[in-house]
Amino acid sequence: MRDWRYWLAEQRGTLLAFGIFIVMFAIYSANHPAGFTANVVQTAANKGVLLAFVAMAQTLVVLTAGIDLSVGMIFTLTNCMASWLVIGTGLETAFGVLAVLGTGLICGAVNGAIVIYGRLQPIVATIATGAVFFGLALLLRPVPGGSVNEDLADFLTGRFFGVVPASLVALLVVVLVVWVPFSRSEFGRAAYAAGSSETAAYMSGVPIRRGKFLAYTLAGLLAAIGGLFLTFFTYTGEAAYASGNAYTLFSIAAVVLGGVSLFGGKGSAIGAIFGALAFRTIGDLLFVFDFDPLWQPLFQGVILLIAVSLGAFALFRVRNRLEWFL
Amino acid sequence: MSETTLSGIVGGIAGRMPKFLRRADPAVVTAFACIVLLLFLGSLYSRSFLSPEYLLQQLKVASFLGVIATGMMLVILLGQIDLSVPWAVAAGAMMACAAAAYGPAGVALAIPFGVLCGVAIGIVNGIGVAYLRIPSMIITLATNAVAQGLMVVYTGGFSPQDSATAAMRYLATGFTIPGVPNAVIIWALIGAAMVFVLTRSSFGRAVYGIGNRERAAYLSGIDTRRIVLIAFAVSGGLSAFGGVLLAGYASKAAQSMGDAYLLPSIAAVVLGGTSILGGRGSYLGTVAGVILITLLQSILSVMQMPEAGRQIIYGVVIVAMLLLYGRAPASR
Repeated sequence: MRDWRYWLAEQRGTLLAFGIFIVMFAIYSANHPAGFTANVVQTAANKGVLLAFVAMAQTLVVLTAGIDLSVGMIFTLTNCMASWLVIGTGLETAFGVLAVLGTGLICGAVNGAIVIYGRLQPIVATIATGAVFFGLALLLRPVPGGSVNEDLADFLTGRFFGVVPASLVALLVVVLVVWVPFSRSEFGRAAYAAGSSETAAYMSGVPIRRGKFLAYTLAGLLAAIGGLFLTFFTYTGEAAYASGNAYTLFSIAAVVLGGVSLFGGKGSAIGAIFGALAFRTIGDLLFVFDFDPLWQPLFQGVILLIAVSLGAFALFRVRNRLEWFL
Repeated sequence: MSETTLSGIVGGIAGRMPKFLRRADPAVVTAFACIVLLLFLGSLYSRSFLSPEYLLQQLKVASFLGVIATGMMLVILLGQIDLSVPWAVAAGAMMACAAAAYGPAGVALAIPFGVLCGVAIGIVNGIGVAYLRIPSMIITLATNAVAQGLMVVYTGGFSPQDSATAAMRYLATGFTIPGVPNAVIIWALIGAAMVFVLTRSSFGRAVYGIGNRERAAYLSGIDTRRIVLIAFAVSGGLSAFGGVLLAGYASKAAQSMGDAYLLPSIAAVVLGGTSILGGRGSYLGTVAGVILITLLQSILSVMQMPEAGRQIIYGVVIVAMLLLYGRAPASR
């Protein structure tokens, strides 16, 4: 009978993110000159979905109490790669997509292997691998350029039946194919367990290493899906250091807004998706209110600062000062 | 090769070495050995590699990274990390150059003003980490984003117009003692101060204590939150000072000038044997790490390696060296 209460407590972060997103999007579309039309929704969805994929990738790693500061660079690398490979006949395009996704998997697996089997700190290890991924991206695209199979790109960034943005459908498919099976599998549970208490999980014989490794690997895959979509939107590949870094940063903001605990073990990728959509909408609010775009980086930075400071409210519940020190 | 045989071999070698070498941290020794190896490889490539002018030039370039890495080391010793380095560097440089536009008083106060901006960023970091208990990695990323936003608004999206003051240029490129660039002297002074603070002051003891176990440090009567706050403020200030020196070196400030210093500063500290988990490490190691990174960069650019290749080699070298001696203990 009380089941729904547990469910509510478990999903509190996700529901909060969903609420923030709905409110922000209502303000956004109410003040948009074009109003709440299929076009506005499609544009917003296309921008939001990119960050949503990267935020999902970050979630998988954050759940294990790690962090992946290379997601933005995997995103950039796969974007550059897709601008070479996802082109030509149907078969060639399909091969290109598989190659791009495979690259993402390999990047994620490299991160995972270094962090888990190499036992390095995720922060330093992923900053270093991020440099490698960016170098590879720069090797592929010293100057912006390339092209993509435009039929596929238009299909996946357009609308189904004239209303439903195709990118949202793609996001839903990825959630159903990647996140749901992972979170319900033994390895998904191991990733959660490792994030909440690695020692306890180890003692209980949970396969923490394989769970964490799978989390890092799938994070690479999700970032690659994001990179693929970036190529579909822009039709080009570009090895931009600032944009890769910004996506890493925003993915962390989205994860925090989405109610995923940075200490690991708590939250879900669904929350992070709504966190990402909310973060994008908040950033775009400036445009509908006719602010100078110059203020956007500051505005997004302040939102991030506020979002991460919200976690400090837990301090009010601390009874014993020793609980300050984890 | 398994770890036991590796440490056995290292131990066997150590047994035949003089006493001061035996006591040295193997990581520091490895870093210095790598420096010698790099110098050797460089001299094979070009004869001018071992000339005093070239080496002094390298030391001068290294001193900018050295100043920034000094602050980073203090924070890493606490078991934290400071990812706000890129825009603390840029903010320090840009604000110092901006202050110079306000008459003679502005010129005189340019350097302290730039450093103070960095200290302000560091204080926000410190409050977030010490008092709000936000993970340092997250709060410093956020302040980095805010600092970037502020600088973008300030400059209007363009490179700032103002150029560095004569004092900044003198600090970065002048010579007080003939033959020794001022930047190297500054790094030596800051380094000496850091060694003194870390090894001879109660603040330094507290830093190592907090890095080992903050809870224990707190229970032994240390005001751990104040120490953490000060450490972050010092790190922000030193990053900004590094930016001021860089602006003097290039005689102007640029938006993305700090981007190239985040990974190298962390890498220099960690390659020098300072534990990323905190509580262990010596300044000598950081010096070795800074010189090692600078030499590596220099050799790659002498070989006319394109930016892409540099990034790749850089990341691979850091991961490889960390795998050699920066690994966490296995969970039991």
